[in-house]
Amino acid sequence: MTETNPTSSIELLTFQLAEQEYSLDIMSVREIRGWTRATPLPQAPRYMKGVINLRGTVLPVMDLAERLGLPPRAQSDRAVIIVVKHDECMTGLLVDAVSDIIALTSDDLQPPPDGSAGGGGVVSALTLIDDRMIRVLDLGATINVGEGLAA
Amino acid sequence: MSEQNDPMAEIRASFFIECEELLESLQDGLQIMDEGADDSETINIVFRAVHSIKGGAGAFGLEFLVRFAHRYETVLDEVRAERLAVTPEALKVFYQAADHLSDLVRISRDNLPAPEERTQALLEALSAFLGDSDELADAPEEEIDFKPMGISLDLGTDGGDGPDLADLEGLPPLPPLPELDAPGTRHYQIRFTPMAELFETGNEPALLLRNLQALGEMHVTCDTSAVPELAQLVPEIPHLTWDITLETEAEEAEIASIFEFVEGLCRLDIISDADAEPPGTVIAAVDPTAPEMPEAAEAEVPQAPEGLSAPEPLPEQEKEPTAKPAPAPPKPAAQAPPTAKTIVRVDIDRIERLVNLVGELVINQAMLSQSLEQSGLSPHSDAMNGLEEFQRLTRDIQDSVMMIRAQPVKSLFQRMSRIVREASGAVDKDVRLIVHGEDTEVDKTVIERLADPLTHMIRNAVDHGLESKSARLAAGKPEQGQVNLSAAHRSGRVIIEISDDGAGINRPKVQQLAIDKGLIPPDAVLSDTEIDNLLFMPGFSTADKVSDLSGRGVGMDVVRTAIQALGGRITTTSQPGEGTTFSISLPLTLAVLDGMVVEVADETLVLPLNVVVETLTLEAGDVQMLRPGRNVVRVRSGFVPLLDLGGALGYRAPLEDMTGAVVLLIGQEDGSNAALMIDNIVDQRQVVIKGLDESFHRAPGIAAATILGDGQIALILDPSDIISNAMSAHLTVAPQTRAEGAIA
Repeated sequence: MTETNPTSSIELLTFQLAEQEYSLDIMSVREIRGWTRATPLPQAPRYMKGVINLRGTVLPVMDLAERLGLPPRAQSDRAVIIVVKHDECMTGLLVDAVSDIIALTSDDLQPPPDGSAGGGGVVSALTLIDDRMIRVLDLGATINVGEGLAA
Repeated sequence: MSEQNDPMAEIRASFFIECEELLESLQDGLQIMDEGADDSETINIVFRAVHSIKGGAGAFGLEFLVRFAHRYETVLDEVRAERLAVTPEALKVFYQAADHLSDLVRISRDNLPAPEERTQALLEALSAFLGDSDELADAPEEEIDFKPMGISLDLGTDGGDGPDLADLEGLPPLPPLPELDAPGTRHYQIRFTPMAELFETGNEPALLLRNLQALGEMHVTCDTSAVPELAQLVPEIPHLTWDITLETEAEEAEIASIFEFVEGLCRLDIISDADAEPPGTVIAAVDPTAPEMPEAAEAEVPQAPEGLSAPEPLPEQEKEPTAKPAPAPPKPAAQAPPTAKTIVRVDIDRIERLVNLVGELVINQAMLSQSLEQSGLSPHSDAMNGLEEFQRLTRDIQDSVMMIRAQPVKSLFQRMSRIVREASGAVDKDVRLIVHGEDTEVDKTVIERLADPLTHMIRNAVDHGLESKSARLAAGKPEQGQVNLSAAHRSGRVIIEISDDGAGINRPKVQQLAIDKGLIPPDAVLSDTEIDNLLFMPGFSTADKVSDLSGRGVGMDVVRTAIQALGGRITTTSQPGEGTTFSISLPLTLAVLDGMVVEVADETLVLPLNVVVETLTLEAGDVQMLRPGRNVVRVRSGFVPLLDLGGALGYRAPLEDMTGAVVLLIGQEDGSNAALMIDNIVDQRQVVIKGLDESFHRAPGIAAATILGDGQIALILDPSDIISNAMSAHLTVAPQTRAEGAIA
């Protein structure tokens, strides 16, 4: 996202996570589906909720709040799974609720003040919409968890 | 594929696919020749395979491939012409050349550098068969003469002298040509009538005629008598006949070779004047203006309608083509035996998609049945009857789709015969590979993933299994060792056996080696089977010294791991002095599995049915604690280590009260058992295997996943993995036990 040329416009899907607002490049989002019970994987890291059946394929689901080290959510019916595709790999991200789709130019994005801020460098940029701060997630860094972090 | 839009890349890709098939038929042919057949058809198949590869390679400018194929083909042609006998030595070189040809094809495909040294060595080996035949001398000039050719629609051959319909006037039939203009040159009378198939296979008469022209002075007349009225004309059907007079020093065979690719696609008559007239009786030069040929000035003009009958008697068609670069594209189809089935090439991705869809269909059908059963419909209602039919159809579709993925193991076995040749050469042993059941069909993925383990086992058989020549003779065996490779279907699985008639496993030596390496305690008392199983332990090698061949750090343990990854088992039997047999048992497909559906700590899990030996329900007092965290269960008179599956997977804390729990006895590769404790057995059924994305999270003890009738995902366990993990985590085990634990 940071590589796009300065005036290019991007669309972001915003969603809520522990009362904070996050967003993802909409181009990486494949679909959004309601929460279904995931089959837990034994000895998996805590943020791995398990695997679900996505029309015949096995989709791993990650609890994004756990992944980012946010306080665990109370079980909610509004929780949804955002199915994203990154490097040919499909993953489900469990979030509290999906809010909106916003269009902005990359000029509106500003780098986070501290590169390490927010869940180990997974926030690639910040933006302001109606005075609310929205964090833009770096999908690659979010999904490709180093083994050290997983342990 | 990034090159998808490049038509040339596509054609190139299909050329290499074709090469694979041609190489396969080349190997087949050599095999048949090896078995003693020397009929011309077999030799032709071999020849044609090489020839077609050469032709295609020429079109893509793969020069070194052309060069090698040409020499190979030249030698094969000598065989075809019965000038060279198929001796065992010749066959050996032919095999090597075939292997090298397949290497070169691969190298060309992957754009790798050509191995000049090996090519040169084989070229020389091949040339040795040619003696000082002048064909060899010609070869280097001719062979590289492959250029992409523009296709001209000229029906004549001499540049610019195409047929002109305006010249369609009554011409007398071609006069006989008894003349010779110089000693050494000969005159040929050629009559060439293409049939419709010739065009269907993409051949072009003009190119053929042009090639003829290269041999010498040529005059062509075209017989258009058979051309119908325009209204009746079907453009796809050829109506033309060419009468050609050719004045050349070339042999008749050379002429015939030009038409080699259209053999059977045309009527071709070649008359040499040598048959009729003694050479040297020069009456007149073949000259367009010669009085004997009043119409020769218009030689290129289509001949007037005179009927198809040739003016002179044409003797029987002679075919003795020699190796010549023929620019015509390879055309294996025309030579295919009439019984050949139609084969459709399908992208594997499409089949994958179909397999996945059918998998979903099966799951959906299971879900539908489940909900219909719960709805309380009468079992005799239409809906239920329809459902039954639906189930049967689903199963049929599933079986059929699986069959698409199945392929004969032949290609794999052919690769092995090469391994035997190379391996036996490297250790100076004379080895014969005998192959059975190469038509046995196995899932494509299984075949692909079997190549490495099988290669290793074949090498082992040649290197370690068979004795040296002298040792064999001393033992009263024939000098030539024998390695058998067989495949067969047996009770829903594929059994692949590799056996040798060597000395068998040297058990005292194996045991001593294992003791030396600290793998087993020095005082261990082991049964023969246990000793044989030592071979599969990591870091074990029976070779006295690291030989060229094996000892590359890959042991039988790696082979076993690979087989297990395919859901297979490997066992060995050995008779001292008589040989060793390794037997691999594999599932027919990787896509479905007979599973036992169980419940543990409210989770549904699937175990492969074939590992479950026995099930029992625990009663009070059955379980004894060996030490904290380690329990054994009494099964009849023996004790078996017991493991709580829920605990091992981290689903729950270890149970206090185990009474009433169900225990599955899991058979291990070494014949011992381990017990897994579960809550409940739900069902036994076939499940569709869904791979877990390994890059994401590799869960220990989990082999794959499946989707149950309720749409939920259930994990498919690898019980041996779970058992061995749990065992090694809890206590220090003898290395032997740990190794044996690692089964599928």
